[in-house]
Amino acid sequence: MIPALVVFLYLGVVLYIGIFAFRRAGGREEAEGYFLANRSLGQYVFLLSLFGTNMTAFTILGSAGHAFSNGVVTYGLMGSSSALVIPVTLYLFGTRVWALGKRFGFMTPVQMYRDRWECGHIGTAIFAVQATLLVPYIVIAVMGGGTTLSAVSGGAVPYWFGGLVVAAVVMSYVFFGGMQGTAWVNTFQTVLFLTFGAAAIVFIGVSIGGFPQALERLADAPETAALLTREHVSPRFFFSYMLIPLSSIMFPHISIFCLTARRMGQFRKTVIFYPLCILAIWLPCTFLGLTANAMTDVPGIESKIEARAVLAAERETLSPAETAELQRAAAGDDVIILMLEHYAPLWLAGLLGAGIMAAVMASDSQILALSTMFTEDVFAYYGGKSRFGSAVQVQTGRVFVVLIALVAYVIALQAPPGIFGIAVQYAFSGFTTLLPLLVAALFWRGSTKWGALAVVVWTAVTMTAIAVLQAAVPPPPPGTVVPVWTVAGVDVVTRTPGGTDVLGYMPVLPMLLGSSLLMVVVSRLTPKPPAATLARYFPVESPLRPGSPR
Amino acid sequence: MRNWLLAAAVGALYLLHQDFWFWDAARPLVFGFLPIGLFYHGAYSLAVAGLMWVLVRYAWPTHLEADAESAPASEPPGEAGERS
Repeated sequence: MIPALVVFLYLGVVLYIGIFAFRRAGGREEAEGYFLANRSLGQYVFLLSLFGTNMTAFTILGSAGHAFSNGVVTYGLMGSSSALVIPVTLYLFGTRVWALGKRFGFMTPVQMYRDRWECGHIGTAIFAVQATLLVPYIVIAVMGGGTTLSAVSGGAVPYWFGGLVVAAVVMSYVFFGGMQGTAWVNTFQTVLFLTFGAAAIVFIGVSIGGFPQALERLADAPETAALLTREHVSPRFFFSYMLIPLSSIMFPHISIFCLTARRMGQFRKTVIFYPLCILAIWLPCTFLGLTANAMTDVPGIESKIEARAVLAAERETLSPAETAELQRAAAGDDVIILMLEHYAPLWLAGLLGAGIMAAVMASDSQILALSTMFTEDVFAYYGGKSRFGSAVQVQTGRVFVVLIALVAYVIALQAPPGIFGIAVQYAFSGFTTLLPLLVAALFWRGSTKWGALAVVVWTAVTMTAIAVLQAAVPPPPPGTVVPVWTVAGVDVVTRTPGGTDVLGYMPVLPMLLGSSLLMVVVSRLTPKPPAATLARYFPVESPLRPGSPR
Repeated sequence: MRNWLLAAAVGALYLLHQDFWFWDAARPLVFGFLPIGLFYHGAYSLAVAGLMWVLVRYAWPTHLEADAESAPASEPPGEAGERS
């Protein structure tokens, strides 16, 4: 119970930070202050907070769980690919979003799209799709909170209560502190999980008598040797996964966060240090998840390995219900916590649990972003701000924060396990598919609002199609696939244990190609915005215009 | 020319992520415990940080900031009635 008490103490600290930010604001109720911290974040808070915002339950628990089941491929899939793609997108797009926000006063991406393409309700459609895609991301944080608190308390805190506590704490400090409180909490959390992540590696390594012996055992055992390679993953799948980090800049909480920097120079350190932060977090998580396969003396891990072995050996004879039950038993989302419980002393397990909790609770930015979008893109846009004033707008944003947290909690209670899969299949693929919106808005004079609408509709339709397909066709056992659509003997669409493939690629590849094509074709067939509008975004010799001298 | 070279460097790193040459290899275990494929991608992340430093040092879009700072203060984004 001691680790759980340490985690509760940690939750109290972050709550205090959020409320302190609220008191420091002195009751000022301006929208830009609450939602964007008055565009005043310094470079270190900007770096650590932005990184912390991107590091979620998905990163710590999901990546270790994925590595437990799939091995070293996890780091290549999401770690090193993010290390390249995310800083490049911040460099190319984030800086331009910041500059436009500064010039035109934008507080959300939808405001930019509405202004750039002179569209109203199409902007609302963009808001609706972005908001819908963001909710699963918030849900996985609540699920991660429930899993973490339940695990560090040895089951004394039930999953439903852990999720409830996390949702309530996040809701409270976002409610009071807004962007300033969220940024401070994220900075504190990032420092915490960077520090304790390193401590976890060292402590577990010492406790098991060094990692080399464990890795030698894994490499020599036929049932685990493949986890040290990528032979069980196709190069097509690996290649298409590299598109997933493109979603980062399209997540509203990231693009909105780009608007909070005091100066554009704050991006410099973020662009350089982001890959190093990825290395410091993802590599240890992947490595620990992999190494967990050698820790058969940990009871919880041993039962997972047994469940996985039964799945592999008897997959042909198992019923769907038995398969689902075994998949649940084999899921590795809590392996890091199980290792800490077994190998670390209670006080250290508590501190490390708090570090994990820090990552799990990164849903704060998403909740705030959703609230910002609702109040700016819907409430203010449809006349609420001019009718009721800025103070009511901020209060509306706060009420929305409470509603989002409640909805996420209710969904988290119903959602199936497997944090990693849920996040990737819905939120990440969808936001990557929306990328042509941002590219076209920033770099292509010829893009139109109808092209933007086509991208949004395509994203909604393809995401719905995948959700329906995956609901209709249950996942096959590990190591097998179910053909869904075959043409001339070629399996075009297949249902896999982890999701859906299109010609062996992740669905995100055809989805992104389709949305890019639609943006180009539809824009070419429809009228452009007026010249005056284009001149604001692409003035002669403007730096925002591609090809302009630098 | 310099920007083209930097863009090519980013493209090259993108391709180097597909390290098919280590696809089926677990050994050597670098430092005695890191499978070679995992070590490669760790080193890859360090190389990316180096390239990002070069981008920031030699191709930073300072004109964007100057443009944003020098622009006159603009009206907040409009409401629904102001556009179709």
